Amino acid sequence: MKIGMPKDGRFGEFGGKYIPETLAPAIEELERNYLKVRNDKNFKNELGRLLIDYAGRPTPIYFAKNLTKTIGGAKIYLKREDLLHGGAHKINNTLGQALLAKRMGKKRIIAETGAGQHGVATAMACASLGLKAEIYMGYVDTLRQKQNVFRMELLGAKVHAVKSGSKTLKDAINEAMRDWITNVDSTYYLLGSAVGPHPYPLMVRDFQSVIGKEIKKQMKKIPNAVIACVGGGSNAIGTFYPLIDTNTKIIGIEAGGKGVKTKLHSAPLTAGKKGVLHGMMTYLMQDKDGQISETHSISAGLDYPGVGPEHAYLKDKNQVQYKAVTDDEVINAFLILTRTEGIIPALESAHAIAHAIKISKKMKKTESIVVTLSGRGDKDIDIVKEYLAKNVKNKRKI
Amino acid sequence: MSRIREKFNQLKSNRETALISYIMAGYPSEEATLSAVRGLIKGGTDIIELGFPFSDPIADGPTIQMASTESLNKGTKIDNFFSIVKKIRKESDIPLVLMTYTNILYNQTYQKFISRAKQAGIDGLILPDMAIEESKEYVKAAKKNGMDTIFLVSPNTENDRLKKIIKSTSGFLYMVAVFGTTGVQTKIHKYTIDALKNTKNVTKGKIPVGVGFGISTENDVKKYVSSGADAVIVGSANIKIMENTPTNKIQSRIATFTKKLKNKTQ
Repeated sequence: MKIGMPKDGRFGEFGGKYIPETLAPAIEELERNYLKVRNDKNFKNELGRLLIDYAGRPTPIYFAKNLTKTIGGAKIYLKREDLLHGGAHKINNTLGQALLAKRMGKKRIIAETGAGQHGVATAMACASLGLKAEIYMGYVDTLRQKQNVFRMELLGAKVHAVKSGSKTLKDAINEAMRDWITNVDSTYYLLGSAVGPHPYPLMVRDFQSVIGKEIKKQMKKIPNAVIACVGGGSNAIGTFYPLIDTNTKIIGIEAGGKGVKTKLHSAPLTAGKKGVLHGMMTYLMQDKDGQISETHSISAGLDYPGVGPEHAYLKDKNQVQYKAVTDDEVINAFLILTRTEGIIPALESAHAIAHAIKISKKMKKTESIVVTLSGRGDKDIDIVKEYLAKNVKNKRKI
Repeated sequence: MSRIREKFNQLKSNRETALISYIMAGYPSEEATLSAVRGLIKGGTDIIELGFPFSDPIADGPTIQMASTESLNKGTKIDNFFSIVKKIRKESDIPLVLMTYTNILYNQTYQKFISRAKQAGIDGLILPDMAIEESKEYVKAAKKNGMDTIFLVSPNTENDRLKKIIKSTSGFLYMVAVFGTTGVQTKIHKYTIDALKNTKNVTKGKIPVGVGFGISTENDVKKYVSSGADAVIVGSANIKIMENTPTNKIQSRIATFTKKLKNKTQ
């Protein structure tokens, strides 16, 4: 059963709002204002217009016939979020929230970013709506995604490199929250994934659900399976939510890094334990004292120890299957898609592709799979290059 | 009655304000923590707030973040923390408050963690990311174990909400002085003094009100005492002293600093 409106901010037992008291009035204000615009025609029209004219919606569903032929199983379709303005699904959410912020009279926007895609999408939305953007990004991520840092700066955003903790996405969220606590009156925190305290998971899911709604419309019949990658889980929940009460098999793919049996992964649904972080109760990677573990993934966008509370709920209710694929499988999928279709996927999205390749072999040729291609991979080519230089075995496949 | 309330009652009859001193367990070492505790007691602090480090301390500024990271890097585990508490309990009956983050308790279940903390000698808990809406199970477990639950309020907390929070608070109420994280501030804002007066009006003396975040000097202490605070809480300033002091001098330096502050509460 899917949950439209979480009760007391919770999806089953997951979610809630575990926040410092200073943020309580801001979260209440946000919730009040969001619920007001959620069913407001003018707001929906304005956002709808921006999604079409500015972001480039609807995105196509593409039948990847070469990939399908190469693998030799079920038909693989790609939901082309990589074709959106900015190169990723993130703009669906940033336009929605930036518009809301504007209505709330907030002029200063802060955001966290992992790979930089949400940061770029925030900077774009803010530039187009006349808002000031400041982006927190882990220092490690600023190094592995240099191009996105400069893109954000070109777009007029200020980028803060976060040097605390593991210097990745979770620390960027910590620092953004500290900023929000300090500047609570003037500032809107534009969270990029379906994580954080209520109402963020709800709001981000609502804004991203355009992906799943379009899939439903575009596919002549409901596919046998849909697959999306899960870090915080925004493109996945947007893909899944409209399809939950259909017959399709829904699969979320986490970052298995060097393997979920090692410590070097980012797969809390596959190998984590319930806990509280960033304002929500959800599955987390943590040690036996409750300290949050450092994570690993080849893709900065999935390198996060937690996951959106609605995914935790869907896992426990067995409505979505969550699996992990390893860095090696991801690179392999990245190369196969690039070569067979001429589409360079983001490493995040390549996780979903990797799993599609695995299962399509075992499915009938008459069956179909939709994979959400959440972003394009231009930002990742240096990482892939470096990886291939270190791993000669994969290199031979080129 | 809890050790904390007993202390407040005793101070009240002496017309004194409480000084609450925070340090981070395991920073920069277990030995240094114990020296600092001895210094705090010697300097006359009324309540000790012991931090247990969390990997993601969102309510803390750079100083306490640094102390958390260092303590974790030194290998501080919950077992070490409780062993430090037990050692303190062998030497002193001073009220001890544990400040950490929700996940540390949640991980073991509230009941299990709180019962263990109580047995070790902890009197109250502060969890800066525990919102009142999410606190039912936590408060229930604390009550069952005779543990005080010290909730935080902020200068922007409205009176209806304040009343709800007070209902679940025991020991004392922790008023955050600033919009921001922990750490030394250069000035005292008018909004803080206004909020303190308002909070005192709403609490009507039923529960003591402590002010913390950004308090580091004798002048700060004096100002909050004269504005009606029942307690002033000093944290990052202690960490800063410890950061720059060799372990064998920590006790005396912390004692000297604490004594100066304590003088302003009498």
